[in-house]
Amino acid sequence: MRLPPKQGEWIDRNHPLRFRFEGRDYDGCAGDTIASALAANGVKVLGRSFKYHRPRGLMSVANHDVNAVMQWGGMPNVRADATPLVAGMDLTAVNTFGGVDKDKARILGWFSRFLPVGFYYKAFHSKRLFPLWEKMFRMTTGLGKVDFATPHLRTPKRYGFCDVLVIGAGTSGLSAALAAAEQGADVAIVDENAKPGGSTHGASELVARVVAHPRVRVITDTYAAGYYTDHWVPLIERGRMTKMRARAVVVASGGYEQPAVFRNNDLPGIMLASGAQRLIRRWSVKPAQRIVLLAANADAYLAAEDFLAAGIEIAAVVDLRDVVPEAQKSALAARRIPVHAGDCILEAIPTADGNSVASVRTKSGEITCDGVFVSVGWAPAAPLLYQAGTKMRYDDSVHQFVPEKLPDGAFACGRVNGIHTARSLDGERAGSAAAAHCGFGVDRAIFVPAETESPTHPWPIVAHPQGKNFLDFDEDLQVADLENAIQEGFDNIELMKRYSTVGMGPSQGKHSNMNALRVLARCTGSTPGEVGTTTARPFFHPVPMSHLAGRGFAPERRTPMHARHEAAGAVWMSAGVWQRPEYYAVSGQSRLDCIRGEADAVRNGVGLIDVGTLGKLEIRGPQAAEFLERVYISKYAGLKVGMTRYAVMCDESGVVIDDGVVARLAEDHFYFTTTTSGAALIYRELSRWNTIWKLDCGIVNLTGAMAAMNLAGPKAKAVLAGLTDVDLSLPYLAVREGMVCGVSARLMRVGFVGEWGVEIHVPFEHGAAVWDALMAAGKSAGIRPFGVEAQRLLRLEKGHIIIGQDTDGLTTPGEAALDWAVKLDKPFFVGQRSLQAIARKPRRQQLVGFMLPAEHTAEAPKECHLVIEDGEIAGRVTSIAWSPSLSRYIGLAYVRSDMATADRKFHIRLTGGTLVAARVAKTPFYDPENLRQKESA
Amino acid sequence: MPWRLLRFALAQKHPEPRMFTRHDELKSAYDVVIIGAGGHGLAAAYYLARDHGITNVCVLEKGYIGGGNTGRNTTIIRSNYLTPEGVKFYDESVRLWQDLSQDFDLNLFYSNRGHFTLAHTDAAMRTSRWRAEVNKHYGIESEVVGPDFVKKAAPMIDLSCGGHAPIMGGLYHAPGAVARHDAVAWGYGRGADMRGVEIHQRTEVTGIDVVGGKVTGVQTSRGRIATNKVLCAVAGSTPRILKMIDVRTPLYIHPLQAMVSEPVKPWLDPILVSGSLHIYISQSSRGELVMGASLDPYEVHSTRSTLDFPEGLSAHMLDMFPFLSNVKVMRQWAGMADMTPDFAPIMGKTPVEGFYLDAGWGTWGFKATPVCGKTMSWTVANDRNHELITGFTLDRFRDYALTGEKGAASVGH
Repeated sequence: MRLPPKQGEWIDRNHPLRFRFEGRDYDGCAGDTIASALAANGVKVLGRSFKYHRPRGLMSVANHDVNAVMQWGGMPNVRADATPLVAGMDLTAVNTFGGVDKDKARILGWFSRFLPVGFYYKAFHSKRLFPLWEKMFRMTTGLGKVDFATPHLRTPKRYGFCDVLVIGAGTSGLSAALAAAEQGADVAIVDENAKPGGSTHGASELVARVVAHPRVRVITDTYAAGYYTDHWVPLIERGRMTKMRARAVVVASGGYEQPAVFRNNDLPGIMLASGAQRLIRRWSVKPAQRIVLLAANADAYLAAEDFLAAGIEIAAVVDLRDVVPEAQKSALAARRIPVHAGDCILEAIPTADGNSVASVRTKSGEITCDGVFVSVGWAPAAPLLYQAGTKMRYDDSVHQFVPEKLPDGAFACGRVNGIHTARSLDGERAGSAAAAHCGFGVDRAIFVPAETESPTHPWPIVAHPQGKNFLDFDEDLQVADLENAIQEGFDNIELMKRYSTVGMGPSQGKHSNMNALRVLARCTGSTPGEVGTTTARPFFHPVPMSHLAGRGFAPERRTPMHARHEAAGAVWMSAGVWQRPEYYAVSGQSRLDCIRGEADAVRNGVGLIDVGTLGKLEIRGPQAAEFLERVYISKYAGLKVGMTRYAVMCDESGVVIDDGVVARLAEDHFYFTTTTSGAALIYRELSRWNTIWKLDCGIVNLTGAMAAMNLAGPKAKAVLAGLTDVDLSLPYLAVREGMVCGVSARLMRVGFVGEWGVEIHVPFEHGAAVWDALMAAGKSAGIRPFGVEAQRLLRLEKGHIIIGQDTDGLTTPGEAALDWAVKLDKPFFVGQRSLQAIARKPRRQQLVGFMLPAEHTAEAPKECHLVIEDGEIAGRVTSIAWSPSLSRYIGLAYVRSDMATADRKFHIRLTGGTLVAARVAKTPFYDPENLRQKESA
Repeated sequence: MPWRLLRFALAQKHPEPRMFTRHDELKSAYDVVIIGAGGHGLAAAYYLARDHGITNVCVLEKGYIGGGNTGRNTTIIRSNYLTPEGVKFYDESVRLWQDLSQDFDLNLFYSNRGHFTLAHTDAAMRTSRWRAEVNKHYGIESEVVGPDFVKKAAPMIDLSCGGHAPIMGGLYHAPGAVARHDAVAWGYGRGADMRGVEIHQRTEVTGIDVVGGKVTGVQTSRGRIATNKVLCAVAGSTPRILKMIDVRTPLYIHPLQAMVSEPVKPWLDPILVSGSLHIYISQSSRGELVMGASLDPYEVHSTRSTLDFPEGLSAHMLDMFPFLSNVKVMRQWAGMADMTPDFAPIMGKTPVEGFYLDAGWGTWGFKATPVCGKTMSWTVANDRNHELITGFTLDRFRDYALTGEKGAASVGH
């Protein structure tokens, strides 16, 4: 029921909103949450419990009412107590079978005696029947439904910075923010509620001062989801995540008011007093007509004033304490409201339909009511403090955990710090200390008086032989469930949690952990301090995946010739983050024909390939040669200026990890390439070595700054001749700097595709122009651009390996037939020690070339088909292709070392099991003397 | 409803005894001391007692039963490894797994869901074929499948992965399964306890006595124990224990993180892994989506979570399952993975006589729990390495005889 309008309420009565819940239409107001609007309409049953499907209503109204979780269209698990009402919402309770009123699964409540804690571990495990049982379990489990039509939401992220981040804008947090700002700190204060002020709502003057302060940013409707290393706190707003880096953090997250445990304490109508206060103060909702107030502290009596002001009849106050201080109860006594000290609620009795509380039975008798408000104590909202690395201790004077040792730069104040009365002063203390920590002013070291009375009752738990005294509302756990788990040996806090699942539900134990550890302490004869808490892990509240994912940044790199390839009909393939032409489609030709056509152009005319994706690094300095000596397995100190050399890199275990070409431009200046996919990794690794070794040289990554292309084929020289001032009679493996098409370029005389070729490196911005000029100049010679597949074929014909395809995570240079490159007599190189040891051992396997018989026309083996010898695995194919030059299948394969002899016959097994005969063949398959690549035709 | 549940309804008092006997005192001597009451340590204790009749055994645990990586992993069980040693070993493990619930009389929720290793590149397809061929050679169900097959098993998947990493197919391993990880430790613990093994929680090992190259005792926070045989099964804490006996290994510790969503109604049946996107996902019997990724890229002995982990993992998850945008991540955590250079474990005897090591379990220890228990208990009982673990001994690093499970991981450069 809605109360008359009052100052400061959060709703806008001029903006009514119509919405639907479980098929019925209701009206709410702008500013309502789903829960407040339903409560205003007198709807008490908002959901069904997880295990027994009992009716449940509001409890905390503080974003941990996991029994009031809704399905909103495609959105699962919408928390009614924390989600603003939107016009037209069509909501249903989650996980019901036939609606929240007539949930068929409520029958499970009748079977509860059969389903004690961990019952599913004790049955259903016959190997034959488990799959059937499991199907049933999977039908009943889970909360909301995922909607496959949900689009990919791209939620922005941003970075934030501040001196002092205050988490929680209640009394203590606001005071902390103000104190820190007044000392000169840049302060951000964040609160998950729509407005600052906290739950006590008595801080309007303080709020005004904080909001008006020029150095304070007030961020509402936003929660701090975690506390990571170095004061790194993700702030979750409805449509964005801000990653806040603070120099100091004040955790002023307050306390979770805790439920009392008695039979049927889960009936709709029974809620926390602070929850009822929130409904009254913020949304002007009267949650009940006549209540019993279950009390154990001063907070209860303050709340009673609110309830009376809202016109709620307090039938009686049932106080767990034997003595209630006169000052607390005098106002009630004046109104003749009975206060039963030393009493408790033994059980709540439901209405006939079971959907609400009808009365409570106490030691002093039965009291009819339609609501029970509970204020028996608090648990610190300390997850963020735990995540920050705070050491907590149990304080017997307040019956809660409080920080004992906070990490450097982390501060706590208010209820989370065990200060319930002098919260404002405690906030001031923490704010001053936090500002001083950041170098603003001096820590005023304010003295904060301790509590005179514990605001928390140490044992708000009432046993009942028939149970249904719920301790965890997410997981439907009763006191006996925990006692039984302890009886079965799960008698430390972590084991008890894991066996009983207490605290594992969506609220992550916010209202259950404290009572659970009390039960454990009592059962094991220890103190709560000795029992301790479970680890509080991120997140504080669950975070949507879209917020964590952000916009989804999947960068794709393109060379400057990308548009040229596109125009030439490139079929793309990804190579790491790059896009490369696999081949260029020609209309009317098959993929294979296109690839062979491109290869044919290189063999008999001229071809051009974009190799700009290769890693391109430059190293300069007096010790540049020394550096390369250490990171590559061959020697580079003696490499002549103007020459290049093939380069293989190993890791420390002697495994081949990369290859490329090293070109010496000057005594102290090298330019070298890496594989496409290895570029970033190798640069990082080399930088790491350089940092460790402190050699006098510097490495620059030019991968993105340079374009590169390889012009190859018997007519290549002629094509290039008119475009460059470099003397093209340069020897094989030489490198020259000069002009190509009017652009300064580096030319490397390479031959890895087996023809005369030159790799041309030019600045990125000129790549396309040089490409165009070469294509134009080659037109009469029939130039064709060729793609990765043709290049693979041409390289295979030359027997060249591809790192990563012809090697794997354990391949040594010897196995990959690169013995010739290994110079073990160098003083040192990465992997040398391992390779020396490996050299003394018999080799397990050897990479060899192989051919299939020329007449083989049936299904050919594929890469990674196994070599089979005497029924056992004896190797595998790493590369295979049909060679147009040789008119047969050729390939590379690992075989057992004893099989690596010329012409040795072996068998490759196809997927279907067929064995295909092959013979070891010498490489290069094509032009074995390498005459063509060295000389121009 | 199974009749077994009747007894709960009929009994006045909860009719279940303690699963783990409480022992107030340590004895002065045991035949075997096992360090670490995780799945591996408890499994070894169980098989020592059951198969070898060695029951004068104590298991020492600094924290609580199953509190290390046993309780932190994402519970995937499979045997589609790459090396003959790996395939045979894990195949035996899967065989043991399938009967474990009945052996223990405790439901482990061993759930056969089928396991996909999705391939987004040519290289990954090649690796899939390699693994499939090796697996089939040893009789393991494993095959290369195309995108259609993937789509049929998980129809809601975006095969294009947002357009930038289209799924080309993958490796399908029908026996792939998940199980309730904590219960595995409890089942082994209870079984060992019933046979006389003592489990001592909150008992820290502070030293190991070695005389003349032989183990003679263990120092603990609760006093000294005499023993001639010690089995060390402590995952990320292995380097700290080995320091006590001056044995060196090439282990390095990387954090491995994981996260779960809030419970949602089950929609995902198989276990999906994508090497290119660095993600894996399955849906538990509680309805939570259990998600993981690759190792953190740095060496650090810590179980503190990082923010970039759920950020990166969520981004990749949404590439494959855009409709999870509104699903919320409930909890994240981290474990310490003890990695070896060749991604295979270190098992068996060590240079110190009577000291047996079970380590190097990196990211794959859970699935090996039963076979580890079997082979390590045999090794301890016979003081000889079991034939299934000869490829995994510590001396392979000295001899450069590595066992290349890393091949599968890094072949797709």
